[in-house]
Amino acid sequence: MKFSRTITAAMMCATALAGAASAQTLVYCSEGSPEGFDPALYTSGTTFDASEHTIYDKLTLFETGTTNVIPGLAESWEVSEDGTEYTFNLRQGVKFHGNDQFTPSRDFNADDVIFSFMRQGDPENPYNQVSGGTWEYFNGMSMPDLIKEIVKVDDYTVKFVLARPEAPMISNLAMGFASIMSKEYADAMLEAGTPEMLNQAPIGTGPFKFVAYQKDAVVRYMRNDDYWRDPAAIENLVFAITPDASVRYQKLQAGECHVMPYPNPADIQAMKDNPDVNVMEQQGLNVGYLAYNTQLPPFDNPKVRKALNMAIDKQAIIDVVFQGSGEIAKNPIPPTIWSYNDAIEDDAFDPDAAKAALEAEGVSDLSMKVWAMPVQRPYNPNARRMAELIQADFSNIGVDVEIVSYEWGEYLDRSKAVDRDGAVLLGWTGDNGDPDNFLAVLLGCDGVGGSNRAQWCHEPFEKLIQDAKVLPTQEERAKLYEEAQVVFKEQAPWATIAHSVVFMPMRPEVEGYKVHPLGGHIFYGVSLAE
Amino acid sequence: MLKFLLSRLLTFVPTFIGVTLISFSFIRLLPGDPIIVMAGERGVSAERYAELQAQFGFDRPLVIQYWDYMTGVLRGDLGTSFVTKKPVFEEFFALFPATLELSICAMIFAVVLGLPAGIIAAINRGKLFDRALMSTALVGYSMPIFWWALLMIIVFSGWLGWTPVSGRISLLFYFDDVTGFMLIDSLLSGQAGAFRSAAVHLILPTIVLGTIPLAVIARQTRSAMLEVLSEDYIRTARAKGLPPNRVTFIHALRNALIPVVTVVGLLVGTLLGGAILTESIFSWPGIGKWMLDSIYRRDYPVVQGGLLLIAVMVMIVNLTVDVLYGLINPKIRKA
Repeated sequence: MKFSRTITAAMMCATALAGAASAQTLVYCSEGSPEGFDPALYTSGTTFDASEHTIYDKLTLFETGTTNVIPGLAESWEVSEDGTEYTFNLRQGVKFHGNDQFTPSRDFNADDVIFSFMRQGDPENPYNQVSGGTWEYFNGMSMPDLIKEIVKVDDYTVKFVLARPEAPMISNLAMGFASIMSKEYADAMLEAGTPEMLNQAPIGTGPFKFVAYQKDAVVRYMRNDDYWRDPAAIENLVFAITPDASVRYQKLQAGECHVMPYPNPADIQAMKDNPDVNVMEQQGLNVGYLAYNTQLPPFDNPKVRKALNMAIDKQAIIDVVFQGSGEIAKNPIPPTIWSYNDAIEDDAFDPDAAKAALEAEGVSDLSMKVWAMPVQRPYNPNARRMAELIQADFSNIGVDVEIVSYEWGEYLDRSKAVDRDGAVLLGWTGDNGDPDNFLAVLLGCDGVGGSNRAQWCHEPFEKLIQDAKVLPTQEERAKLYEEAQVVFKEQAPWATIAHSVVFMPMRPEVEGYKVHPLGGHIFYGVSLAE
Repeated sequence: MLKFLLSRLLTFVPTFIGVTLISFSFIRLLPGDPIIVMAGERGVSAERYAELQAQFGFDRPLVIQYWDYMTGVLRGDLGTSFVTKKPVFEEFFALFPATLELSICAMIFAVVLGLPAGIIAAINRGKLFDRALMSTALVGYSMPIFWWALLMIIVFSGWLGWTPVSGRISLLFYFDDVTGFMLIDSLLSGQAGAFRSAAVHLILPTIVLGTIPLAVIARQTRSAMLEVLSEDYIRTARAKGLPPNRVTFIHALRNALIPVVTVVGLLVGTLLGGAILTESIFSWPGIGKWMLDSIYRRDYPVVQGGLLLIAVMVMIVNLTVDVLYGLINPKIRKA
């Protein structure tokens, strides 16, 4: 998978001659290898960093550092009154990258948009089964049911006809799976008998061109000088794949990389004290929670759930489990999402009141299971420890807790069961910055027996989130979501535990980096001081 | 010798079938479903689950799945990774040269230092050097690899700045893979400084990976030498007035080497199986981390294919060791 060899070798040699401190090359110590370079085929953030944020554009884009949606390859769009037709006016003069095997003969147009979606949704499309395509996000976001058809109005106008109104559609189209591929390149590779090259030697319209990838070692990019926005400030972008967090920090200190993600929580204070390292931080777009099974007694009683929530010392969890790199969650959506209801008051930590409330509900000698995830996640870096703290808190109010855990696949599967015994520790990281992506997926009636681990189907809440889904403006939707959060707090299907704080350590010479609330690591707009 | 080789090769067949059976069944015996793991917290609907099961072939009886796997193996097709969607064979051989290069360097490091250390310790049995060496070897043997690796990085890369922190070569060098061995490819590239960079990047991972084999070889050589040195024929050789060096290196060492070669063979097999921790800490793009990730993700084709290929490599190493036995000791060759 080596392209533009001559140019790149010359480029790298020039860089080598200029010395390691070249202002033009940014080295990012990434945490792992991308699974491939077609973002629609994968679901991991590591892959999205290496593909959608560098090589590709989408019709709409998330403004870096926010969850606001801005025009991308679509200059503008109109939504029909009934909310089922989205007409996108496409940007003209946008160039695709080229490589050793392909030189684009035309600019980006409507055919590329239609191809990018139909390859995922149309089983007859020749690319539907290429690279074992499972199109997890396309399916997970219900696109096959939602998109009735995509119509080419003219070369620079496409119309998405939906089966029902879907307010988050514009945000959905800014997600990685909606990256726009070159149909011309796809056709050329199909003809050459190497369709998998779409995934292995990617061509996009993004700010960086793919140069080469060596698994578990390095991904190289160079600047796209023909980019439709201002070209990137850095000429060469290198992902030095470094799985161990301590080693990433050593490399950062040694000047072998400029930016690193996912530091060890234990190292953060030392990093902040180090004059050679800047640490940026932002609240993560995630929530960690304890979901009761609201269909089984006594957890079908909201007062019991509320009482248990009052017994949990969340500050101790932040201190011990997150080691300071988290903040207490009071709502089921993180504060970085619009419609976050800051007026809501969290349940006070009050074991005596909790005990009294349980007694008032006639609950005594309660014993329950708490499920601890076997894996680390940003929203829960140590579920076992968290479960132990909750076990101790519950024991203070006379509730006996047994901690259980399963292998991750088993855990995900068994925790979905409607008759599941016990409360489950789990969490969620947002995909598109839309409250629907948290509230409907995790707490909607459709998710019962699936992603709704509380097995909670509460009609007033459901009505609010369903109504919000079809309203045209963000302001109108936000009102309903704020109300929904009030209902959630009263009903307490979960104990909301924490939102993580994302730390990004970098060298002082890195300028213009913004921590992206959606979790991606984005280098367009970043420069290196001389 | 040919007969000896053929008889050894024949033993490969049941081992090969055994490995395919074990790798096929063990990964399936582990709890956890690859489709559920792939879907993560998002989950997957029952219809979609059924579709994916059909797509991956999990809806067919296990016997049929094994038959398909075996016929694929015999055609040289080890399947395609569920995760990266790339052929297992291609992925393995893209990564294996890195593991092999590091393993060879670590083994050279261990043998070159371990063998003389063991011999000197045996000759000086009970003296200060012997005690110091054996204590050091014990420490080396018991050292947690991740701790040792991080300590080396902090001291030699962080404080002293003598070696790079991780990777196979400075990112400033870029050239085509010819052999996959960075030392050779860097020479072939003709780029000034590339070979030096590749060599310097090898130092710390070689020392870290070679530490345990070094300790094992030193201890094994010492005990084998002590045993041989107390044999009657050595006493006879000495009584005949042969020079001490000749007795030690010609008469004693050759016989003492047989158990040492066995240990070295086993250690090479272990190293080829993937120095998971060393590779992870030094961002070394080898097969160890690849296999580990695949087990976590329940990537059946990679686990099955990777294990099979590693087993074949270990079998080849064992065969080489057997041949070496024959060369060292003609009695074995004739047996």
